Amino acid sequence: MKETFLKSRHEALGAKMVDFAGFNMPVYYSSIKEEHLAVRNHAGIFDVSHMGEFHLKGIGALDLIQKICSNDASKLAIGQAQYSCFPNGEGGIVDDLLVYRMPEEDGVPVYMLVVNAGNIEKDWNWVNQHNKRAVTIVDLSDNMSLLAIQGPKAKGILQRLTKTDLNDIPFYHFTKGDVGKSENVIISNTGYTGSGGFEIYCSNSQVDELWDEILEAGASDGLIPTGLGARDTLRLEMGYCLYGNDITDKTSPIEAGLSWITKTYKKTLIDRALYKVQKNKGVDRKLAGFKVHDRRVPRQGYEIKNIEGENIGVVTSGTLSPSLEIPIGMAYIDVAYLDEGTKILVDTGRKTLEAEVCKMPFYKN
Amino acid sequence: MSTIPEGLKYSKEHEWLKITEEKTEDGLSIALVGITDFAQGELGELVYVEVDTVGEEIAIDEVFGTVEAVKTTSDLFMPVSAKILEFNPLLNEDDGDQPELINSDPFGDGWVVKIALTNMDELEGLMSAEGYADMIS
Repeated sequence: MKETFLKSRHEALGAKMVDFAGFNMPVYYSSIKEEHLAVRNHAGIFDVSHMGEFHLKGIGALDLIQKICSNDASKLAIGQAQYSCFPNGEGGIVDDLLVYRMPEEDGVPVYMLVVNAGNIEKDWNWVNQHNKRAVTIVDLSDNMSLLAIQGPKAKGILQRLTKTDLNDIPFYHFTKGDVGKSENVIISNTGYTGSGGFEIYCSNSQVDELWDEILEAGASDGLIPTGLGARDTLRLEMGYCLYGNDITDKTSPIEAGLSWITKTYKKTLIDRALYKVQKNKGVDRKLAGFKVHDRRVPRQGYEIKNIEGENIGVVTSGTLSPSLEIPIGMAYIDVAYLDEGTKILVDTGRKTLEAEVCKMPFYKN
Repeated sequence: MSTIPEGLKYSKEHEWLKITEEKTEDGLSIALVGITDFAQGELGELVYVEVDTVGEEIAIDEVFGTVEAVKTTSDLFMPVSAKILEFNPLLNEDDGDQPELINSDPFGDGWVVKIALTNMDELEGLMSAEGYADMIS
């Protein structure tokens, strides 16, 4: 199993470590709920160094990205990032990712793709397979570490450690700067929690010192180390998709509610024709949020039924929302049942839970 | 490191069983059953415990209830064949409603059910504290 360069820090903090996407990662330190609420109300720091990073450099880099990524990367200015996904040629999704437009090197365009840890090898093969114009592609996943500092206090905490004015970095923008003793790291106004904050890409040799500096600088503001368990409950309260649960190689971005990142006007985009039809004619099922009127928690794979007991969908993610203190979930549901407030049933295999379709995000700041 | 008290019996499904000095009117031994410290650590914070089998006779290895953690749902298995006498009122949603007691005190106030053993021979199939420690190491 792989590990990040912070493994000994996590263990010293008493983290519960689990195998996640082939990495030994902290799922929680104290408790998922406590860490979740720290991010909502104060701040948390996540080690997400398991994420993969590819550098693409070359004259043809944008053409390659425009073909394999659903969103329109031609809109990116240098210093800007974008959420996107790779269509798989059969209407499904290879992975979801962030596309960063980096400063040019020697007058040549450079992009960074940030992909899910569990898909690094699959994505690497996919990107290289479509590289017909000699774009130089480098897998930096094993060389880079990534910290996410999230929550309403995150910006103030980080600002104490850097001369870069964080107010100059709008949402989904980034810059290179020094943070603490670490020089030339990428400071990115992005995240996966819905509570604001920044993500810092640095080298493996910088990450332990940076982690310590941020923990120390943030302690007085209530910043605590936060694990992947809280990351999952935070993203789910926002209705953000998780690859492997809510989006897979069998789900289309149109079904998943990701039409907004699927630019079918791009002539070279993989699966363009199919997605155009899905956008114009509609799809049979869509990803929807629901809340459960019970103490039982919905889980991936549970069937969704209408009140007559007929099968109308399947749960992709579920949890007890730490902010709302009710069970919530996401499911692919027949489009006839998507109106807000529609009564549905969740079949756990042993019990049937009453639930209703609701709007996402579940949680609003 | 998780705690594994001596003197209890342990199952491969991470339940513990403690024989009490009580007996039922028809002479059956009464025991408490809960989940181990190791198991609660693996599950993380418990948010709900459901046992709807009180009064029923449940065979060894059969499901007698369910625990919900933030991350996962897990069934509870009978370590031995027994009749379920009581569901810990401190955990029950209609009563104490404190499933987190399983996290904070898994071998004490976090016990799950009180049972009457219907086949004492099955106790020999359970592990000692030492045996359980070996299994989870």
